[in-house]
Order: sequence, then structure tokens, then C-alpha cells
Amino acid sequence: MDITLQQVEYKYQINTPFERLAIHDVNISIPHGTFVSLIGHTGSGKSTVLQHLNALLKPTKGQVHIGDRVINAGKKEKNLRPIRQKVGIVFQFPEHQLFDETVEKDICFGPMNFGVSEEEAKRRARELIGEVGLPEEVLQKSPFDLSGGQMRRVAIAGVLAMEPEVLVLDEPTAGLDPRGRIEIMEMFYRLHKQKGLSTILVTHSMEDAAKYADEIVIMHRGQVKKTADPRTIFSNPEELLELGLDVPDVVKFQYMLERRMNRKVGKTCLTIEELSNALTEMQERGESL
Amino acid sequence: MASSPVISINHVSFKYEGQESYALSDVSISVAEGEWLAIVGHNGSGKSTLAKILNGLQFPESGSVLVDNKVLSIDTVWDIRKLVGMVFQSPDNQFVGATVQDDVAFGLENNGVPHEEMLIRVKQALEYVSMIDFLDQEPHHLSGGQKQRVAIAGVIALQPKVIILDEATSMLDPLGREEVIRTVRELKDEQGLTVISITHDLEEAAQADRIVVMNRGTVYSEGTPDEIFLLEEELIKLGLDIPFPIKMAKALREKGFEIPQNYLTDIELVNKLWTLHFSK
Repeated sequence: MDITLQQVEYKYQINTPFERLAIHDVNISIPHGTFVSLIGHTGSGKSTVLQHLNALLKPTKGQVHIGDRVINAGKKEKNLRPIRQKVGIVFQFPEHQLFDETVEKDICFGPMNFGVSEEEAKRRARELIGEVGLPEEVLQKSPFDLSGGQMRRVAIAGVLAMEPEVLVLDEPTAGLDPRGRIEIMEMFYRLHKQKGLSTILVTHSMEDAAKYADEIVIMHRGQVKKTADPRTIFSNPEELLELGLDVPDVVKFQYMLERRMNRKVGKTCLTIEELSNALTEMQERGESL
Repeated sequence: MASSPVISINHVSFKYEGQESYALSDVSISVAEGEWLAIVGHNGSGKSTLAKILNGLQFPESGSVLVDNKVLSIDTVWDIRKLVGMVFQSPDNQFVGATVQDDVAFGLENNGVPHEEMLIRVKQALEYVSMIDFLDQEPHHLSGGQKQRVAIAGVIALQPKVIILDEATSMLDPLGREEVIRTVRELKDEQGLTVISITHDLEEAAQADRIVVMNRGTVYSEGTPDEIFLLEEELIKLGLDIPFPIKMAKALREKGFEIPQNYLTDIELVNKLWTLHFSK
């Protein structure tokens, strides 16, 4: 399912004294099966864009294409449920939205709301609890007896249980410890590949954007500043730093080293391994280092 | 760091009601006046329980906690909370005032500080955290980092000896995180505040004078950042991470680069590589 935003503008509280322009002239294209990372600092419009992806917000100008549906500015849309089922959003701190008596009921709530039978919903819950890395016994526990990290996994299972084709992740690893962060991101990447999903990741972690994304979209002051693959995006660290954004540690390090040596190491490296190889090659070529 | 401990935790064990395993078992840590101690550990290692024990939100099952030489108990908890201020994780859940200055005044009012003095202290606290220009702003106009700095001002207005940051930067974006860490560093250096930061952010921990690594409710290791980051693989096994320059140096060493020492900052490692470049 392809998603396209065309000339999208969104104003909060339009036609009131509190009207505020959040995004404008936004064009983003997400062909099915791609992994897109949306970066930009707080207030750049990332979250507003995100809410257009399943028509939680409707543009005040422009169009959003979600599969074969078109959401037009100014038109009332009926029956958005299929969109909500196909585009699953994992919001920030999704564990705050858990509410049911047991983990199983919580996971089943979404799909049953969309008309899935109880039996099928329970089957999905059993399958997904393993996918998110929790033992099956957890299903009968209260979600509130779990640790924060476990609760987050349950909440994610609840979104996956709707069997979305597109998964939108808003800072899914915020507040987790380093291992939890890696585990959760690896899980999303595995699901992305296995199920052939489109994945849209909103993140402050440039490491994750560099590691997983096919394309990175930089948001700045409500507009798309740049769209490109990670290597192209990070090949100009100064541009990002000027926007108040970070770059991956390894990119920053290469940049500092190149400035200190007053020469280029070669291509932009996105991993420690790439950079240590590049430096070794330099040395072997006899270029002293 | 030869001064007497402002906090000492002696053989503390604790478990939550209805849980079988101990959240803390036989934990002993002391914190010197004016020191910045980072307590690191994975989610569930016991570090947040430790924070709750330190300001009397929970009491140990055995062992004792001394703050400024007073034993923490139900009788002393209110006095001790004046000495130990806490900043929590979520910037949104701890804002109680309608404006920045009301928020900072809240704790002072609760403690019966006279109005005149309150005005002075609110201003001073907001100056310390560089939020003085935001006196009448409402919280929803502030960024996460700014809200956390206001929370810090609310704590230091009460003039505590110790400030505990319980994952206070974990919900912030990178700029906000940097802002808060810089503020804390200034408060420590200029006001002599003792800082305990509970975190799994290694960059934050690298700023501390000393690091305690928690694992499964016990103290796994303690030392200066240099000493702790030597543990490398062990830290990763514990679910933590190591700072980038240490990882980078390790990879280069494996390629035959002569980098005998570890560096905690990028610039030191860049300079080291630069020297290698010249010594050829």
C-alpha cells in the first residue's frame, strides 16, 4: 500500500485566534515495502505528518493518498476504519494506553473492534506475544504487573494484532535501556522484512535512522528540508548540525578527524567497521596516518 | 572527595509487596558531598528502587540509609526530603503550577517559606537554570528540556544538599538532554550541589565523577568513568552500552592501530590519531 502526501498543509485550530501553521507544502512518497525515517527536532512537524498517515488529521490543504483512498482537504471522509486497520501507529510511550484486565484482552481489543472473531484475535495474541519477545504466560497477567519494557512490548503486540500493512513508529525506543532499544528495533526490522511492511520511523536516534532506513526525510520548520538515502543525508554533516540535528556518532567522528587532518578519508562511513576499514586502507596505501 | 559522605547506604535490601525476588539486595553505596555519582543499570536493575529508598518513598526491609548523618525513617523522612530533592523522568507529570514561577514557588509555599524570601529564591533558582526569561510562561509553551530545567529549579529553590535525577533526561530529545546535563554540571560546579543521576545514558554517566553499575539489585561494579568503561563487553552483557570513542578505539586497535589507552571523548581520540599520523 503506497502512501503519498501532496502539497500537504495542516493548521491547528484553523479559523480561531489560536490558529497555528504546523506543516506546509509537504510532499512525501512512501512506496510499499520501504523503510522511511522521519527526522527533525522537536516542533519540526514530524508528529503532525505522522498523524496524516492514517487520517487521524486531515490536511487543511493538499491531498493524502493512502492506498486507493484519497483524503482531500476540506472534504468530509466517511468510513476511515479500513485505513486505521491497515496503517498501525505505535505512539510514543504506547504502554500508557494499556487498560484491560489481562494482556490477552488488551491485545485482542483492537482486532475485535475491527470485527475479528474472539478466537482469531486470541490466536493472534498467542502468536504475537512470542514475536515481541515475551513468554506466553504473560497473556493471563495484568499488564500493570509488568515492567515498563514489557508493557511497551504488549502495546506493540496490540498494534500488530490488527495485521497492518503499514507500521508507523513514533520514537518507539524512548526511555528504554540500550539493550531494550536494540531488541525492539531489531524486532521491527525483522517484521518489516518478514511481512513485507512499509515502516515509517519517527526518531531522534540518527544511529537507528542510518542503520535501518532506505530513505530519510528531514523535517524543518514544518517543511521537508531534504529526502535521500542515509549515506547521502549524512555526507553533509554540517547541514544537519546547522539545523540543530545530530548525526550518527561515527559520522561526527569522521567529520572531526577529516577536519583535523585537513583531508578526506573517503566515502561517508555509517558504521564503525566501515570507518576503521577506510582508515586501514588509507594507511596501507602508504598515506600516513 | 575526601569529605564525609552526605549519603550512605548500608547493606540495604528491599522487595516490593507480592514479589518473590529482591529489587535490592545488600546494597552499600556512599556519596561524598559535592560529588556527582551516576547510577547506571538496565531497566529493572534496581536503580529506580534505590532512588525511592533515598528519599523515603520506600523504606528498606533491612539495612539503613543515612542522609547528612541522620537515619532515614518515618520520623525523619520529612526533614530528609528537604535535603534530598528529586527530578523525575516525565517532564509533563511534574509540572504543577500554571506558570513557570508558580511552579517553582509551589514547593516553597508548601514548606511555609515567607513570601518575600520566596520571591528571591524563585528568581535565583530560575537564574541558576537559565530560565529567568520564562517567569510567566505556561508549561505547554516550553520544550521538554526547559520543563525539566524548571523542575530542577523547583528542587534547588528548596536548597537541598543533594539532587537526584531519576532518568530525568530519558524522555528528552538530544538538545534537551544536553541542556539539562549542562545545567546540572553548572549547579554542581558553582553551587557545590551533590548530584546523583540515575540513568542508562552512557554519555550522561561519563560526565559523573564516579559510576556505580547496578545489576539484578546488587552493586556490580563501581569506579571512575575511565575505570568503568574499561569493562567494555561486560557492560554490554549487562544490557548497557559503552561510549562511542571506546568502541571506535577498540575497532582500530583490532586493525593494528597503536592506541594503548582509552578516551572518553571524540576529540581526544581524534588527537591521538592525529599524533599517530605525525609520528610516522
